[in-house]
Amino acid sequence: MTTTDISALGPQAAYEAHLAAGRFMIQRAASTGEYVFWPKVTSPTGATDLEWVEAKGTGTIYAITVNRARAGSWNVALVELDEGVRMMSTLPEVETAEIGARVRARIEATEEGPRVVFDLTGEDAA
Amino acid sequence: MSMDSMRGKSAIVGMATAGVGEAPGFSAMELLGQAAVKAVQDAGVKLQDIDGVFAATSSHAFPTMSVVEYLGLKPSFFDGTNVGGSSFEMHLLQATLALEAGLCDVALVCYGSNQRTAGGRLVSMSEPQWHETPYKPRHPITAYALATSRHMAKFGTQREDLADVALAARGWANLNPEAFARGPLTKDEVMSARMISDPLSKSDCCLVTDGAAACILVRADRAKDLPGKPVYFMGAGGANYHRSIVAMPDLTTTAAAESGPRAMEMAGISQKDVDVAMVYDAFTINTILFLEDLGFCPKGEGGRFVQDGRIAPGGELAVNTNGGGLSCVHPGMYGLFLIAEAVAQIRGEAGERQIADCNIALCHGNGGTLSSQCTAILGSEEAL
Repeated sequence: MTTTDISALGPQAAYEAHLAAGRFMIQRAASTGEYVFWPKVTSPTGATDLEWVEAKGTGTIYAITVNRARAGSWNVALVELDEGVRMMSTLPEVETAEIGARVRARIEATEEGPRVVFDLTGEDAA
Repeated sequence: MSMDSMRGKSAIVGMATAGVGEAPGFSAMELLGQAAVKAVQDAGVKLQDIDGVFAATSSHAFPTMSVVEYLGLKPSFFDGTNVGGSSFEMHLLQATLALEAGLCDVALVCYGSNQRTAGGRLVSMSEPQWHETPYKPRHPITAYALATSRHMAKFGTQREDLADVALAARGWANLNPEAFARGPLTKDEVMSARMISDPLSKSDCCLVTDGAAACILVRADRAKDLPGKPVYFMGAGGANYHRSIVAMPDLTTTAAAESGPRAMEMAGISQKDVDVAMVYDAFTINTILFLEDLGFCPKGEGGRFVQDGRIAPGGELAVNTNGGGLSCVHPGMYGLFLIAEAVAQIRGEAGERQIADCNIALCHGNGGTLSSQCTAILGSEEAL
């Protein structure tokens, strides 16, 4: 799918198409500079001139839990991206992490499709 | 119409529960029907008098339609506002508005669930959030665990504090013959319970029970002509910022910080006037968050506030005197059971757990993943 095709899609489908093409993109309002995630048709202040920009991919753990089940455990984290927006994700390489820890995004292929996951950078929290 | 013009304008004149705990062999609607019939009898009105229907359940897409048909009603006003467990606190406000506007004369607020005997799992029609799905959250607990992790990191709240919430709830449940989880419980048992979603263990989670509840409201002038002691609507307010936990502005402050003051302003009361605080304890962290957000203690101090039995029987503040969602009843949406306990306390019908001179009760409903917050204040005639 080309970029032109993606621009005709709604925000959710466009995000997923970018991800399928190997790009972690988030929205930014041209007029206000606000970042928006998860993808929508308007910013919280009503700006609709949203454009897709590549996420820096760096962020901080805002909250984290480890879901424990008989089949195994997996963490679920809320990551605050350096752009100031928050997303749900996971850190597949570790059991858990400290709140405030610095993380970096990568795209992981799964049976259900690509998803953005994070790894600890090893930097100290800001 | 000013906000305080709703104060004291309606009253709960009938209240009942049915199937609290386990009710094998009964459907959700059958339990709801039993509660509605009992509430009508309690009010001293007839089923056919009901002309306003307010309902939400986890198993009916169109709950007011289902209730109307099942009970054979022909209402002129109906409202199926579904904001999860907080629906019923909002229904009290909606019913009062409708009664005061003359759109109905006898309002039924009702709920029913057989989730325990039907499957033993929390039943929900709640749709997955597409941006969360790839990470396999197990809501609701994942969301509440995330909030707990943040509260602990920011304010130093401890798992021992969460345990104190669970122990206080059990203490109250042990005074309530209707409570589902009764019996001794030690801090060691709570602290060693199986971890489900760090830092929340099984002991931090509400029960999964069956249960139905219903109440009848009429305008305050008519309430005086009915046989029971009226429990007056004094105020209510809602606040809601998010659906998904991802979008909650600050995971340590819920919208109760706005719904509480709204309700208390309408009621003309402050925290010190509250004799019983019924706060929706789907998880132990809820009690801590809501005591903070409703102003019973400063933000961040909730963990320390619940220590030393302060909210247990005999403590400084009577909180969740039925035993709460943690130890009394939690059939999916618990909000109407908060109201049932407030009514029992204000009527003086709460038996061994009765709070002396209980005139004002605060009911705080929570829906979704700390999403919808609705607070309602109920009072005796003396409180008006």
